[in-house]
Amino acid sequence: MKHLARRSLMKHAALSAVIAAAALAGCGKKEAPAPAAAPVPAPVAAPAPAPEPLKIGFVYVGPVGDAGWTFAHDLGRKAIEEKFGDKIKTTFVEKVPEGPDAERVIRDLVAQGNKVIFATSFGYMDAMEKVARDHPEVKFEHATGYKTAENFRVYEARFYEDAYMAGVVAGRMTKTNVLGFVGSFPIPEVLRNINAYTLGAQSVNPKVTTKVVWVNTWFDPPKESEAAQSLINARADVLLQNTDSTAVLQTAEKNGKYAFGWDSDMSAFAPKAHLASCVVLWAPYYEKTVNDVLNKTWKTEVTKWGTKEGINDFAKVAEFVPAEVKAEVEKIKAGLKDGSFSVFKGPIVDSSGKEQLAKDVVGDEAWKGGINFFVKGVEGKIPSGK
Amino acid sequence: MNEIALLIAATLSAGTPLAIAGLGLLINERAGVLNLGAEGMMLIAAVAGFAVAFHTGSDTLAFAAGAVAGALSAAVFGVLVIWMNTNQYATGLALSLFGAGFSAFVGIGYVGKKLAERPSFELPWLAELPLIGVALFRQHPMVYLTILVTAFAAWVLYRTRTGLVLRAVGESPESAHALGYPVRPLRLAAVMTGGALCGVSGAYLSVVYAPLWVEGMVAGRGWIALALTTFATWRPARVLLGAYLFGGVTMLQLHLQGQGVQVPSQFMSMLPYLATIVVLVLISRNPTWIRVNMPASLGKPFHPGH
Repeated sequence: MKHLARRSLMKHAALSAVIAAAALAGCGKKEAPAPAAAPVPAPVAAPAPAPEPLKIGFVYVGPVGDAGWTFAHDLGRKAIEEKFGDKIKTTFVEKVPEGPDAERVIRDLVAQGNKVIFATSFGYMDAMEKVARDHPEVKFEHATGYKTAENFRVYEARFYEDAYMAGVVAGRMTKTNVLGFVGSFPIPEVLRNINAYTLGAQSVNPKVTTKVVWVNTWFDPPKESEAAQSLINARADVLLQNTDSTAVLQTAEKNGKYAFGWDSDMSAFAPKAHLASCVVLWAPYYEKTVNDVLNKTWKTEVTKWGTKEGINDFAKVAEFVPAEVKAEVEKIKAGLKDGSFSVFKGPIVDSSGKEQLAKDVVGDEAWKGGINFFVKGVEGKIPSGK
Repeated sequence: MNEIALLIAATLSAGTPLAIAGLGLLINERAGVLNLGAEGMMLIAAVAGFAVAFHTGSDTLAFAAGAVAGALSAAVFGVLVIWMNTNQYATGLALSLFGAGFSAFVGIGYVGKKLAERPSFELPWLAELPLIGVALFRQHPMVYLTILVTAFAAWVLYRTRTGLVLRAVGESPESAHALGYPVRPLRLAAVMTGGALCGVSGAYLSVVYAPLWVEGMVAGRGWIALALTTFATWRPARVLLGAYLFGGVTMLQLHLQGQGVQVPSQFMSMLPYLATIVVLVLISRNPTWIRVNMPASLGKPFHPGH
């Protein structure tokens, strides 16, 4: 009897797995571009032809459901679709590996008649540059790179502003005065975030130190959660990460510690651990691009937007964060918006004690782009090579 | 001291998925079938387990679903290599690649989904012990179950008739056949058992360890499990030890970073793989080790009636 019961249980499980798979296969299917319309008798006397919609293609590095980087870009795409309606038509290709494959995908998008193409990861830079050279009539937009051309421009967000505000909250919430950071790669962008996080925390709690663990990947949830666990074991009690999954947040939840969401609103994943999410909203920039193209004012430039322009938002601060702390964050946010506050303002001293920015000097773009040190209070050394 | 206890706890937890999968692969390799599809089976099982845990909230059902998914994918592989005599290496690789794509496709709707909160596990009384309690007795039941399963597998393989027959099938399928044993069904059973264990391992990763589903989340652990069987010279207890060793090195590098020890993290990430290569070189230098332990007909197809 018992045996039987177990067997039917297994069957049940298998069945539900199969059903789930089937259901998924159904709902997961992406809207395929309508097949070349079957020769239905064309409606006689068609209305005056609407102007051809502006076709826009997006190249994504991850799946749109990653709840992080790519998800955020896709929200931006949906926002412009909604705003411009039938004036534009967007398509996207997800999970495009960085490197030679990307070039093929971008060429494909051009061949399909897209007049604007957004490549949303650093590693698409060279591929896009090549295609841009061959297609001067198409506008190319590249996220987080540094190369530009006549028809090829760059946009970037100021994540470190969010990281600084996260630091302020962390500095107030920590009990051990040890913060943790799960780093992907020791590149300036990530170092900026670690430093901003630490500076923010020290601005309200000078005793804070930050421990950093590198995982050498953007996305490997089991490894991210191992790294988070090791930070917690080393007494860190508020974690931030520069990786793309929700694993760090969920590990903090499991251990009764605090953490932040990154790239998108991750509050749903860890109701008790989630202090706030460092959200990036690409919609304002994507709107600007569409407007530029529609109004024929598009020109090449490097756009670095942040809190002020509404690209970065320190959102969904948890209810249990004390009101004074929320007020401190709001003050910083207001300062970033009206330009009276800068994250990187001297004196900034690095972990070896050397002064990197003199008193009252504000770090300019070149300075921020070249950051290759930890500020005082971050433990450990940057892995060699950088 | 407490850090060391925590490191041990993390090691047990990190080694467990490697141990279960390694054990499963050991069983089918003992029967003479090499299944390189571990990574693919684990991915398929991971998504199946996650889906079931997501809809039912039950870990037990999730592990069952993982085992079934793993066994089914192994069965496909088994029928191909055992009855149709397709090349085991190529078919296994195909299963790995297929599993990666298939699980990604089936799992689209589960990316970024969150499992219901689960209780943390503690053994009563024992968990309260200083240091040892932290190190050993606050693990998911699967961690302890793995140790029991390893002991059970060792007992079956070396102390029972079933184990003897299974090993005979792996050593000399012709003799086993001549004695009247159904070589092909036995091999299929071993392959499916291996798949089921790989499946439990995959479900453990997505349901307990991460716990979330994203494509490719097994991230090479299937390959490590395959290396483990050789590393352990096809001995169950050594698979378990090897798994903890591999898990330990991974965790150690993260913990050292957390403690502020200045070792390049890239170097430490490389260590487990380096260790595998070193061990493979060492055991290959000693032919008797290999000959005594390696199933003699591993990877070779069997045609009855020849």
